[in-house]
Amino acid sequence: MNESPIHPDSYADFLCPDELQRIQLYRLQVIVQSAYDHVPLIRQRMDERGLKPQHIKSLADTAKLPFMQKTDLRDTYPYGLFARPMKDVVRLHASSGTTGKPIVVGYTRDDMKVWSSVMARTFCACGLSEHDVVQNAFGYGLFTGGLGAHYGAEALGATVIPISGGNTERQIMVMQDFGVTAICSTPSYFLHLIEAIEAVGTGFKDLKLKIGVFGAEPWTDGMRAHIEDRIHIKAYDIYGLTEIIGPGVATECALQSGLHVFEDHFLMEIVDPKTSQILPDGEEGELVLTTLSKQAIPMIRYRTHDITSIIPERCACGRSIRRINRISHRSDDMMIIRGVNVFPSQIEAALLKVEKSLPHYQIVLSRREGLDQLEVQVEVTGDMFRDRVSALEQLQKKFSHAIEHVLGLRAQVRLVEPQSIARSQGKAKRVIDLRKEGATP
Amino acid sequence: MKLKQLSVFLENKPGRLSQPCKALAEAGINILTLCLADTEQFGILRLMVKEWEKAKSILEQSGCVVNVSDVLAIEIPDRPGGLDSILSMLEPNAINIEYMYAFTLKRGNNAVLIARIEDADRAIKILHQKGVTILNSTTFHTLNLV
Repeated sequence: MNESPIHPDSYADFLCPDELQRIQLYRLQVIVQSAYDHVPLIRQRMDERGLKPQHIKSLADTAKLPFMQKTDLRDTYPYGLFARPMKDVVRLHASSGTTGKPIVVGYTRDDMKVWSSVMARTFCACGLSEHDVVQNAFGYGLFTGGLGAHYGAEALGATVIPISGGNTERQIMVMQDFGVTAICSTPSYFLHLIEAIEAVGTGFKDLKLKIGVFGAEPWTDGMRAHIEDRIHIKAYDIYGLTEIIGPGVATECALQSGLHVFEDHFLMEIVDPKTSQILPDGEEGELVLTTLSKQAIPMIRYRTHDITSIIPERCACGRSIRRINRISHRSDDMMIIRGVNVFPSQIEAALLKVEKSLPHYQIVLSRREGLDQLEVQVEVTGDMFRDRVSALEQLQKKFSHAIEHVLGLRAQVRLVEPQSIARSQGKAKRVIDLRKEGATP
Repeated sequence: MKLKQLSVFLENKPGRLSQPCKALAEAGINILTLCLADTEQFGILRLMVKEWEKAKSILEQSGCVVNVSDVLAIEIPDRPGGLDSILSMLEPNAINIEYMYAFTLKRGNNAVLIARIEDADRAIKILHQKGVTILNSTTFHTLNLV
């Protein structure tokens, strides 16, 4: 028998499956009723199917409910999906959308409690406790990462250093001087930090750091091995998305073998991304999430576009909440660059702001010194070509400013010769991602 | 007075220059003079040819992106201070030369300066007043044929 202590905050991770499902059903019925009563879009879609909240009698009835998409948040921007009046909403966050307008999400006081709690459970699973000093290098602000991790670590009783992202020199100083034992950041930023620590020559010996909690962008087991090898910490993957709650949807445990989904708050399904049919446990497909307890914005059967599979076997850590495999890729063309969600269509829109007719372009993603690099190659057309170097350099600048304006990310724009971007059946391949496994930093 | 210059966009990669040159060679088009401007990422090949329209369409057919711009071919004395004498006529009038390149003739004591000038019309006027020869296309195209 496993006799290691369970942190009381994590007790829900160990519920017996029968209890868990009954809690899920209770919460599902409440959330569907609330969504039906207060969100016109959901009511209309349910009415079209002749579906009433009282038809949800079992968890299997979830399959009757209509799906929701990211576009639903965009189309109802900013508050169209809110099920509670603004007086009950205590927090707003936002993430980039597909057209430059962000998507806006809200939290009631209870939502904040749930968020803090799932993040506290996340940190617990990663081996943190009240004895830890946590350097929170996720960005603070509209991005959910910073404040989500902050509240969770505080709820656990750990000491939080709200340093936010950037300013690498100060990060290193704080890490050394404050006796930091755990860090939260994007994996790519942490790689950058490692490089910087090595560059200043202080080495890792004096550091007390032992745990890294990394998320907000896809990373690989290769990167994990690289990190753990170089700095001798345990590096954990966490998963979440703004539309659902932010970080705190799923986390790895000490075994680092799949991510436990906090199923008491998030109901998961895996569907075939093309047919939308529910797939059995173990089969790879698109993750669909329903927020079981979120009051401000109930998301029902939200299509995450993240491709994974459910691991049905119980984890050796003892947690009964099921795991998903690390997200391998997405079913749409969304890219995550330095933690920012980016669609090629946004880059297209930016290029069109500079040139009236869309040039052929290609997005090349790579990683340099641990940081994601975004390069946009643009084929020069007769319309944009000038005989003066300064005019072309100005054009490059205009393109990169337009992209930065839309994405908030710096892009390197490279002008290339006509027909130099490979086309298959006349269509250029839009994205070349060199960050995948094997592309070590 | 103004001559047509062709510019071709090139990526700054080995071997990129040969494609346009080969296309022109195969069509029997002689390059009278050229200049290559380059940055870390790209280059601009500027060409003076006799039949610029034909050359343009040949280059475009070979996949190049081509720009046509007006330049002046200014005759300058081929001796120390020759270029300076021209520049000192333009500078006081705040005429901006965007770029230029020169070549000497096979015969005679003059060189020819190809200049891309922002305010070409005013430059022509000033240079004419000072008695400088600006070659028209007929003269220019026969120069190297001597």
